[in-house]
Amino acid sequence: MNTGTSNYVKLVVLALATLFTMIAASYARDLAYQVHMIIFMIVAGGLFLVTLRATDEPAKPIPTNEYFDSVVRAGVIATAFWGVVGFLVGVVIAFQLAFPQLNFEWTQGYGNFGRLRPLHTSAVIFAFGGNALIASSFYIVQRTSAARLWGGNLGWFVFWGYQLFIVLAATGYLLGGTQSKEYAEPEWYVDIWLTIVWVAFLACFLGTIIRRKEPHIYVANWFLLSFIVTVAMLHIVNNISIPVSIWGSKSVQVFSGVQDAMVQWWYGHNAVGFFLTAGFLGMMYYFVPKQAERPVFSYKLSIIHFWALIFLYIWAGPHHLHYTALPDWASTLGMVFSIILWMPSWGGMINGLMTLQGAWDKLRTDPVLRMMVTSLAFYGMSTFEGPMMSIRSVNSLSHYTDWTIGHVHSGALGWNGLITFGALYYLVPVLWKRERLYSLSLVSWHFWLATIGIVLYAASMWVTGIMEGLMWREVDANGFLVNSFADTVSAKFPMYVVRALGGVLFLAGSIIMCYNLWMTVRAAPAKATLGTAVPAE
Amino acid sequence: MSILTKHKLIETNATLLLILSFLVVTIGGIVQIVPLFYLENTIEKVEGMRPYSPLELAGRDIYIREGCYVCHSQMIRPMRDEVERYGHYSLAAESMYDHPFQWGSKRTGPDLARVGGRYSDDWHIDHLRNPKAVVPESIMPPYAFLEETLIEGDHIEDLLRTHQLVGVPYTDQMIAEAAADFRAQADPDSDFDGLLERYPGAQVRNFDGAPGISEADAMIAYLQMLGTLVDFSTFTPDASR
Repeated sequence: MNTGTSNYVKLVVLALATLFTMIAASYARDLAYQVHMIIFMIVAGGLFLVTLRATDEPAKPIPTNEYFDSVVRAGVIATAFWGVVGFLVGVVIAFQLAFPQLNFEWTQGYGNFGRLRPLHTSAVIFAFGGNALIASSFYIVQRTSAARLWGGNLGWFVFWGYQLFIVLAATGYLLGGTQSKEYAEPEWYVDIWLTIVWVAFLACFLGTIIRRKEPHIYVANWFLLSFIVTVAMLHIVNNISIPVSIWGSKSVQVFSGVQDAMVQWWYGHNAVGFFLTAGFLGMMYYFVPKQAERPVFSYKLSIIHFWALIFLYIWAGPHHLHYTALPDWASTLGMVFSIILWMPSWGGMINGLMTLQGAWDKLRTDPVLRMMVTSLAFYGMSTFEGPMMSIRSVNSLSHYTDWTIGHVHSGALGWNGLITFGALYYLVPVLWKRERLYSLSLVSWHFWLATIGIVLYAASMWVTGIMEGLMWREVDANGFLVNSFADTVSAKFPMYVVRALGGVLFLAGSIIMCYNLWMTVRAAPAKATLGTAVPAE
Repeated sequence: MSILTKHKLIETNATLLLILSFLVVTIGGIVQIVPLFYLENTIEKVEGMRPYSPLELAGRDIYIREGCYVCHSQMIRPMRDEVERYGHYSLAAESMYDHPFQWGSKRTGPDLARVGGRYSDDWHIDHLRNPKAVVPESIMPPYAFLEETLIEGDHIEDLLRTHQLVGVPYTDQMIAEAAADFRAQADPDSDFDGLLERYPGAQVRNFDGAPGISEADAMIAYLQMLGTLVDFSTFTPDASR
């Protein structure tokens, strides 16, 4: 099909989409749906006009001998932007828990904690983490395959389609469009849209691997490929639901009760396992060796821990459901596999850390490498803490408490946050062809602010988590409960303030990063380059 | 190690890598999820469970919309302190009509699995308006706007029909009478005999004490029935499950 006909097909599709969303917006049964259909309508209508103007113009030839880096640059900007947004919402809701009067009168119905928390979790996991994964996987797969990204402009569709998903998810939560499944809150049509974008992402990624010029597929790409495929499977199964009407956002889950709980935590734990672990290990396996200028420590270890990690992780979900109405056999399986999972998790940490063999001195001079190494340390810590918390007797204390929140954040801020910052510091000078970063001392500032922020966060949540767990179960000599629930709430106040301040430090560090990256693009000296595709190794 | 040298086959073939890694990640989920649909002791046999009445279901949707599950669990574990504090431990049967489940994962506020009947309607109204007014230590946001938003039960039949489609035992009559039942439950002067026949134990009151049906009416109707359905005098737990 030549570009002329394909443009006509595109025009017809976009015109129909504009028309349908216009009708849908006017028949809308709820506000979230109506706003979303107007967003769809503006996007489809705008694209229609752009395509119309480009029709019958000579198509710009797509260069085949250079990497598709413009989409990676856009991804880097989006990662930094959504990171700051996600951290900011996190700080706001942390202060809301300490000072509930921040659930303002004038934001009633939109800005209460219950609607902002999904906004925070999705912004950080899917907007910040997701953009980091898409951008870095596009970068890594091209470099390690010595091939341009497959699919022509499909890469742009993945990027903008994913941003549209983020906007739909975020506005949906604020306007009340949610299906209440944690980390999978968006409603049915947003889920369908994400599925389309994700299939395009898989096509771009796999297509590039298939056209690679290197005989072997680099280890980072094993992790990234299994992350993309597994997330597709998890997303589709966990979101099977039937819309009440095609004119409204409300849908009804096909699964219920105990089965739905099992499916949800199979999804929820593997959003951690594959989105935040396998995917980010893919990033780690490229950027740590690059920054340290050393090969990966052990090839054999990477094979063993890759297969063990992806096989074992998927079993760990039911440890979220100890002592619930889930049958014991299922939660026991979850516990056993979670404990075994400790080993392959540490395999990744060891492989990353030992890559620095012979280059440890660089930690003194290179704050970017220091950031990556610290991220691996946090990865190691939280993948020890996780299996420990999955043990039934530990879980009986930690479940439902802030300890879980602390655990999640030492992983998300420490591991995912710091490795992403390291990758951004690596990528910006390369992508904008700058000789170096604008300021290494600002990187150091970022490093220390972030690290101290995480320590304050995790430590305060350990204290409140264990404290409230113990207070809930405390009985006196006569067998009566000692504390009312409200007592535990007021006891947590000081630690809630410390937690929020930790978040402020982490946010401040990320703003310093944005300034530093911005100045790198604007002010750092340019670098002379070859301009053709050069393989990474 | 010879097995590791054979790995070359996988890492030089993208399709093989894709298929093998996909097969590896499917196993755990299949083993843990599929049996839950056919093992007979997964959901206990109990007396008293019924589908939500239309007003309760509308209240449940507001509970979901506002993200209440973010801070409140609905799953009492069988530990001494929890049973003491919240009541009988939760059964799988009690959430078998919950699409999706609302067990939650965090107790920033107390568990709500058996909050039904524990407080008066007036308490709930005061609490939703300003939680600190009744619990000074509370950090819950205020939900006064629920009282001010009137609802008519539009499209409530569609909601019930969709639940019927996914397996909730709503009868065709329940769906036909959904709008009438929705109004009747919040109006003690109405003819609610049919409602009580269809939804045994449903509580009929003007929950918020104000004219018209507000979101607070639906929400309180839902909260007041939570955990009240199962007749525990006829329940014997399975020794191992």
